[in-house]
Amino acid sequence: MSKKPIIISASPHIHSDRTSKKLMYDVVIALIPAFLVSIYVFGIGAIIVTAVAVISCLIFEYLIQKYLLKAEVTISDGSALLTGILLAFNLPSNLPIWMIIVGSLVAIAVAKMSFGGLGFNIFNPALVGRVFLLISFPVQMTMWPTAIENQAKIADAVTGATPLGIIKEGLQFGETMTDLSSKIPSNLDMFIGLTGGSLGEISIIALLIGGLFLIYRKVISWHIPVTMLFTMAVFTGIFWMIDPEQYANPLFHLLSGGAILGAFFMATDLVTSPMTRKGMVIFAIGIGLITVVIRLFGAYPEGVSFAIIIMNAFVPLINKYFKPRRFGSKIKSKII
Amino acid sequence: MLKTFPKGGIHPHENKITSSKAIKRLAPPKVVYVPISQHIGIPSKIIVERKEKVKIGQVIAKSGGYISSNIHSPVAGTVTKLDKFFDSSGYKKQCIVIRTDAKDKSNFEEIDLPLLTEIKLSEKDILQHITDYGIVGLGGATFPSHVKLNIQKDKNIDCLIINGVECEPYLTADHRLMLEKAEEIIVGIQILMFALHIEKAIIGIENNKKNAIENFKELTKNNHKIKVAALKIKYPQGSEKQLVRALLKREVPKNGLPLDVGVIVHNVGTIFAIYEAVQHNKSLTERAVTVTGKKIKDPSNFWVKIGTPVIDLINEVGGLPEDTRKILNGGPMMGKAIKNTNVPITKGTSGILVISEEEAERKKSSNCIRCGECVFVCPMGLEPHLLMNLTEKRMFENAFNEDIMTCIECGSCSYVCPSHRPLLDYIRFGKSIIKTLEFAKDKK
Repeated sequence: MSKKPIIISASPHIHSDRTSKKLMYDVVIALIPAFLVSIYVFGIGAIIVTAVAVISCLIFEYLIQKYLLKAEVTISDGSALLTGILLAFNLPSNLPIWMIIVGSLVAIAVAKMSFGGLGFNIFNPALVGRVFLLISFPVQMTMWPTAIENQAKIADAVTGATPLGIIKEGLQFGETMTDLSSKIPSNLDMFIGLTGGSLGEISIIALLIGGLFLIYRKVISWHIPVTMLFTMAVFTGIFWMIDPEQYANPLFHLLSGGAILGAFFMATDLVTSPMTRKGMVIFAIGIGLITVVIRLFGAYPEGVSFAIIIMNAFVPLINKYFKPRRFGSKIKSKII
Repeated sequence: MLKTFPKGGIHPHENKITSSKAIKRLAPPKVVYVPISQHIGIPSKIIVERKEKVKIGQVIAKSGGYISSNIHSPVAGTVTKLDKFFDSSGYKKQCIVIRTDAKDKSNFEEIDLPLLTEIKLSEKDILQHITDYGIVGLGGATFPSHVKLNIQKDKNIDCLIINGVECEPYLTADHRLMLEKAEEIIVGIQILMFALHIEKAIIGIENNKKNAIENFKELTKNNHKIKVAALKIKYPQGSEKQLVRALLKREVPKNGLPLDVGVIVHNVGTIFAIYEAVQHNKSLTERAVTVTGKKIKDPSNFWVKIGTPVIDLINEVGGLPEDTRKILNGGPMMGKAIKNTNVPITKGTSGILVISEEEAERKKSSNCIRCGECVFVCPMGLEPHLLMNLTEKRMFENAFNEDIMTCIECGSCSYVCPSHRPLLDYIRFGKSIIKTLEFAKDKK
């Protein structure tokens, strides 16, 4: 027999090979296609923003764990890396570097570590970082470098509004959808990603590839993205059918802004989404509705980040009231 | 579509490496250690004395109460000690130690009992035989069978389920039994159906044992009362509640028994033991045991005398590999890690699993990332992460209200947790504390 002693422990004695780290890195892998498209569309700026966000998130987490909390440093678990990437994906590619660092600080220090670190945060850290920047620096945060022509530029990018911004502004000045249709990119361009916007949200096809990869790897389930997008389509569809001149069609809403990025990568964040399938559906319907309300009637052209953060706040409540049905309990509820 | 239970469950690697190995009979061990508490309930009372000579099948400890069972001598020999020894629970338990008489021929006879299909006994006598010959549930719970079969008159039982699921990875003893003793098992089923006046029986087998399914289908071709059902491979389908749900779509109520939905469930091993007790007056003194492990030289299935020390079996399969770090009594999902290799095989031992270095140690646990995977796989519809949290904070009453007591301890939650959190450990701890608290007693 070996020299090491026999281990006595309670069952189970085997474990699946899934680990938190693997889940995090699967999400990182799933974001690669979208990142490649953004490098093509926005050039070096995309790389700089992402690198700064990732590095500053890792450094802030390291510093806080090591010197402030004097706890074990866990920056290799992939969560800070992921927060950095997702924050960068929600920023314009020409954002000043110091702003990115501030955003990372808010994401890691305020939204994550002050709640207790990984697993204890209520709000999605990357989105808190983004929303903080959007409110603090509205001008820089809504100057979107236009696609392709800024590939080689580091500073002085040519900027323009996002498709959602064009619509919002146009409708406010009394233009109709027919007038605006020439100003917005075609559905195909939006699908591929040849449009202005945050650096990671633009390419629908790349994000869908990543999202399907996550569903295939069972990192996320289909419930949140499908329900959220379906809700958005139905809700915008109702308004579009009432008055197609004043409201954009559902397809435009799904292809524009952060709908797909939000649905597959932000709303599905394991920590800040509900634990049961039932809860996930309720959560996603809420995000869909709030997003559409902000897009159609709010001051901001885009509402996905706000909607997700608002619904994040409801997650503890959803978890409390949408429990799985206990085996053998008499009340039969529908299992979603 | 194969039948299965709808909520939860996992699919660990099956590792059924011994499924093609016939059950071998071993020479009796030199010494047997027979614990007097091999079943759930009151320990049996020793009725032999030191230096007394005993025969095979002689009662050496008598049932200590209603929920208890007789224990018989597995060998012919002399009682040498009545003392406490470690058993697989990790505690020292009262055992009867018997030295096998090397000269007694009955110890070495190859017992191949002929198949007897005709049921001669009356209903009452059948139940008496099951009581007298010490039959307990061999699936692992070791609940005395006569108690399970003593059905109050107000319960209306319409279906007997035979549990041939064997959903634990590695274990193949039941599988082999179903292949080698299929005819006997069918007779055993008929005995129970006759004794309890049940008109319908279903044998539930997971689809990774196709030959056993085919075998039973062939044998029950002309018998419309016994059905064979192939089940989707999913752990913990061998759990009574999940099996009843899978086969009949009936849900056993919370804190209830299969009896409450008109079903009685028995393991195939128990059915075979009942057959032998009723048809051949044979007491439960041996059982089929799988001895296996990834690094074991010659993993096998054996007919093992109750009381055989584990080390005897391990020597039989080529000894302990160099890097052994854990030895389990049972399968990897619900088996117990044993302290040393001298503990005896009991009525509840379905397998001995040897685990080496790589798989033995648990990984370090980290923060819960609230992925909800434990909630998704829990077959009882519980929220393991919440139960662990409440137990950790010693909020036992809250844990009780979240149905912690209905946990079947299958371990699916701990198995899937990507943060390697010891969910089931805490749930077990919570349950054991709650059992001692007053409020739980009142509410029951």
